[in-house]
Amino acid sequence: MRFILRRLGFYLIAFWASITLNFLLPRFMPGDPVSRMFARSQDRMQPEQIEALRKLLGVDDRPIWEQYIDYMHNVFTGQMGVSISRFPTPVTEVISSQIGWTLLLGGTALVIAAVVGNLLGILAAWRRGGAIDSALPPVLVFIGSFPYFWLAMGALYLFGVVLGWFPIRHAFTDGLEPAFTWEFIGDVGAHLVLPALTIVLVSIGGWMLGMRNTMIATNSEDYITMAEAKGLRPGRIMLRYAARNAMLPSVTSFGMGLGFVVGGALLTEVVFAYPGVGYQLLNAVQGLDYPLMQGLFLTITAAVLLANFLVDILYVRLDPRVRSN
Amino acid sequence: MTTALLKQPTPAPAVRKPNRSFVHGLISNKKALTGMAVMVIFIALALLAPVLFPGDPSRITAMASLEPSAEHWLGTTAKGQDVLALTVHGSRSSLFVGLTVGVASTFIGILVGLASAYFGKFIDEALSLVTNVFLLLPGLPLLVILAAFLPPGLGTVILVLVVTGWAGSARVLRSQALSIRSKDFVAAAVVSGERAGRIMFREILPNMASIVMGTLLACVIYGIGAQAGLEFLGLGDVSTVSWGNNLFWAGNEGALLTGSWWVFVPSGVCIALVAFALALINYAVDEVTNPRLRKIKTPKDTERSAAK
Repeated sequence: MRFILRRLGFYLIAFWASITLNFLLPRFMPGDPVSRMFARSQDRMQPEQIEALRKLLGVDDRPIWEQYIDYMHNVFTGQMGVSISRFPTPVTEVISSQIGWTLLLGGTALVIAAVVGNLLGILAAWRRGGAIDSALPPVLVFIGSFPYFWLAMGALYLFGVVLGWFPIRHAFTDGLEPAFTWEFIGDVGAHLVLPALTIVLVSIGGWMLGMRNTMIATNSEDYITMAEAKGLRPGRIMLRYAARNAMLPSVTSFGMGLGFVVGGALLTEVVFAYPGVGYQLLNAVQGLDYPLMQGLFLTITAAVLLANFLVDILYVRLDPRVRSN
Repeated sequence: MTTALLKQPTPAPAVRKPNRSFVHGLISNKKALTGMAVMVIFIALALLAPVLFPGDPSRITAMASLEPSAEHWLGTTAKGQDVLALTVHGSRSSLFVGLTVGVASTFIGILVGLASAYFGKFIDEALSLVTNVFLLLPGLPLLVILAAFLPPGLGTVILVLVVTGWAGSARVLRSQALSIRSKDFVAAAVVSGERAGRIMFREILPNMASIVMGTLLACVIYGIGAQAGLEFLGLGDVSTVSWGNNLFWAGNEGALLTGSWWVFVPSGVCIALVAFALALINYAVDEVTNPRLRKIKTPKDTERSAAK
């Protein structure tokens, strides 16, 4: 319990840090991006909306402490202003319409990569020097060296443009009504294949090697020898004894890997014009839509922190040593 | 007198001996050799770029979207620029930024890690907290908003990459420094009244040379990849020629949809080759310094390479 509370405190500090960063960035940056933005969008906005945005982004004469308290209050009550590029939709609305797609893409890719990667790692470590152990790691490390977005471009070109097997942009065919029908779900699935595949390909090597290396260490533990001496079946030793104990670092890196997947998803979304938060973030940057940019950053950060917290709770379930302290 | 006795035997052999076998291990390691060979080629290309392809690489020299031919080995872009010239010149910016970011983030990582480990207590708590917060904040979104607010330019790219990249190295170096901090020779140095700076940089640091090197390589890989990502999003300095910018223009000019694969393949392959080469060196460092990963290697490895 104390462990969980400590972690929770840590995540709150991390979240506070990212809010503060968000607050400070537009206020202390050289140059004035904010007035550039206003110059561009002045004619479309109501005076009171401009006033609210000026406050949000720090074009404001009040003392900085007052602004800061105000800003905090706004963030926690979910008032992140109005999007400029999608005027006059509130930022929160834009984000909530898109976060689902990122969760779908990132979640699918992360789970597939982690499960398959860890299984491969277990097998590789169990049969040291076998086919999986010698052939796969170099290949996966090589694939993992490619930039996410470049693999995405390659996949798009090869499977989308040349072979035409999968759709190359958006999350579902234009004109199709989102509904819980088989047709729509199948369509979403087909659009998901290429983006998810690229993320899985890039990240799977890290999972596999991480698991392999920890498990090689576990394999030389005494309790493995003991289990073998007892005459347990190899499969049982592999999964319940060796892999079970080698799993902890993997669980930790699951949380850490999340940040990378978010970044990867961001780039992949851009390549495939996939309507998630990453694609939106880039649009916001290009449209000088600072309120939306900040809202997206906070949302992504909050999601990563929350996921890490969930991983911590899982960790407590898995590692009794943490509980007893 | 006691000082001399305490100090004399420990550092010298502890530093030199593993180092010699470390260098020897690297040279006789096939992964390391391959990696280093690839890196040497790329560094040579980067240095020789103005000689091989004199003039501005982004000037328009031919018809648009030509396929690879004898005249333009890698074809031309949708604007009519020579792709090979762009790729070779691109290595300059990419390698430069990668190295700078790598060295700078490793340096910060060393400072933070050593200070954490040496001073401990409150300083350690505070530094670890900051490190962990930076580790946890999702890197790319942070990169994007930092780059969006800062004035565009190469300096911004480097600064932003260092800000998001140092934490990982700090964490690794801290844990290593902590384990060395508890060794007897460090205690001896403390008792003998050496200054903090000397203990950190002359006693602890040389003993974690291989970890520092691994971290440096990882940071360079990060720098090159993250720069490319940032530039691909159009957030770098669009006027420079680099691998990331080449890919940005390829995407912008629709190279994918028109089927001009030769425009986007070279820069991506270069990034991957450099990253892979550095990763190979990194794994070799791991293997040389971590006997557990090496143990069964010798007989099986020769067998396998013979089969290849």
